[in-house]
Amino acid sequence: MNPYLVPGLIVVILVTVGIGVYGLRFARTTSDFLVASRSVSPAWNAAAISGEYLSAASFLGVAGLILRYGVDVLWYPVGFAAGYLALLLFVAAPLRRSGAFTLPDFCQVRLGSPTLRRLASVFVVFIGCLYLVPQLQGAGLTFTTVAGGSYAWGALLVGVVVTANVALGGMRAITFVQAFQYWLKLTALAVPVIFLALQWQSDGRPLVTPEAGANFPVATTVVIEQDATVGGVPVEKGQQLSFEAGDAVPVVSTVDARFDADWLLPGGDGSLFVTYSLILATFLGTMGLPHVLVRFYTNPDGASARRTTLVVLGLVGTFYLLPTLYGVLGRIYTPQLLMTGRTDAVVLLLPEAALGGGHLGRLLGALVTAGALAAFLSTSSGLLTSVAGVVFTDVLRAGRSGSIRDFRLATVLAASVPVLLSLYVSNMDVSRVVGLAFAVAASSFCPLLVLGIWWRRLTDVGAIAGVLAGGGASMAAVLITVLGPPLDGWVADAVGQPAAWTVPLAFLVMVVGSLLTSRRVPADVGATMLRLHSPEALRV
Amino acid sequence: MTADDPRATPRRTRVVLGEAAARRRPADRTRSDLAEQTPVGEALVKGLMRAQLALALRLALVVVIALGALPLLFAVAPGVAGVKVFGIYLPWLLLGVLSFPFLIGVGWAYVRWAERNEQDFIALIRRPEQ
Repeated sequence: MNPYLVPGLIVVILVTVGIGVYGLRFARTTSDFLVASRSVSPAWNAAAISGEYLSAASFLGVAGLILRYGVDVLWYPVGFAAGYLALLLFVAAPLRRSGAFTLPDFCQVRLGSPTLRRLASVFVVFIGCLYLVPQLQGAGLTFTTVAGGSYAWGALLVGVVVTANVALGGMRAITFVQAFQYWLKLTALAVPVIFLALQWQSDGRPLVTPEAGANFPVATTVVIEQDATVGGVPVEKGQQLSFEAGDAVPVVSTVDARFDADWLLPGGDGSLFVTYSLILATFLGTMGLPHVLVRFYTNPDGASARRTTLVVLGLVGTFYLLPTLYGVLGRIYTPQLLMTGRTDAVVLLLPEAALGGGHLGRLLGALVTAGALAAFLSTSSGLLTSVAGVVFTDVLRAGRSGSIRDFRLATVLAASVPVLLSLYVSNMDVSRVVGLAFAVAASSFCPLLVLGIWWRRLTDVGAIAGVLAGGGASMAAVLITVLGPPLDGWVADAVGQPAAWTVPLAFLVMVVGSLLTSRRVPADVGATMLRLHSPEALRV
Repeated sequence: MTADDPRATPRRTRVVLGEAAARRRPADRTRSDLAEQTPVGEALVKGLMRAQLALALRLALVVVIALGALPLLFAVAPGVAGVKVFGIYLPWLLLGVLSFPFLIGVGWAYVRWAERNEQDFIALIRRPEQ
């Protein structure tokens, strides 16, 4: 095992806990815990939002998908970044001006309906869990891949560190922790990529897709993960295949990947419907993610919420330039992952594979693993804070005067379900589940926020109907995808990437439902709109 | 009741001239129109909302046309996807690199114009009564 690994991981965990404890000195009231007293500067806040947002799916998953499927999946990073533009254009400033703590709070402020509030709480918890489980799983899988440790311990360790950190420091501490973790994640990908590019140069710029197909750069032994046929010959699970340097990489029947040179060109197996569905889910889903939204309440005013979002767009956009390079270089240096199907490990394995097992390769390998750990820690901390916030205010019904002990209880409650779930459900596909969380968010909270902010005639009945129709349909699609039997043809596309039909459905039902119940438009809608849209300088 | 009881002694407040002046300001008509939800105030807020929404929709349309058309373009005209620029295939360059500065540019333009809309609104409200 890499000798730099354990010290690296210990440093990340110690610094995380250290900054959390340092932040604890500032956290005195419940409001400190929930929204950092709204006194965090845009630069800190933007780094914290980015740190929280760049999850296992971004840090490991995007590069793995690119290694597997090529240019088609570049829509994932583009969509993950573009989601912040949609958030900036339609939601950021008015949402901050609404003065609400959480998404259910926004429902209360805008429509004053307790039923809608409860419905929103259900969706916050569902999306939070859907997003939290794969983070913990990713942690477990990383421990298995890199350290050879057990899956359960990896997931449990990250779960406990995150729960302790949120329960002790709340968001105030989390803000500093998250900001640190953004820069750690960026460094962990940016520094190795410089050395990788230099190595690629000195290797004589090997082609990413040689005419004869991918080949092994060095002698490699591949352990087959499932019974399959390799180049027409049947192999069994656990069988070891040895290849010499320069041997062509054979096609493994059970691994879904693009092996030949058209990996470079768009138009793989994914239909146009799937591509547009993915675009819709990621562009509109970001604004509906509870852990992203809760951060906007930490800005002092609407204008700074806007500027924070712009900085986030810059930080996230910079980060997403890097996973593509890992995916492309992985095609040259770690083609064996195309045979095992564990493409998510490409970021972790690439430095040592390309630079050799010397000190440099191992040091950089430890650096990317530390970055991956930061990705699990920060995203799950943010998710846990927002889910705990909702459990605290809506399930424990503590209200804003509730005690810090109640918030800690809420955190432990909110953490226990996903941690247990991640221990029992270990073979769910990480990047797909994260994509599904975006689809659910895009078809429930996105219409609610956009129409709630910009359309006076929205009613509580219309909003509830829309969230139930769009969010419910996408929730059902998620459950079928995760738990149900494998599907075929257009049904598989429509259920596997539901956003293209559930988002329009949610908007349509919300608008029609509101028009039909137009007498229920809140009497104070004028005052609410004034509050949402007028600059703070005019507050009377 | 003792002197220590907070109910007995009103909380100390710092009086600053600027605050007193600010408190007096609702006396001007436009501001109180806004606060009291008169038809004039309502129309003013609707105007601001319309300006901000039109700006957001226009910029969203720019993104939808520029990025949203790409999958269709690559599907309809596969030849475009095979074009190489600086040795990199066009789809990789457009999606993997150029899309991010483009998104940031649109965001920057939005922040600039949205703040200008708000400045105009503030100027309208604070305009001295004729």
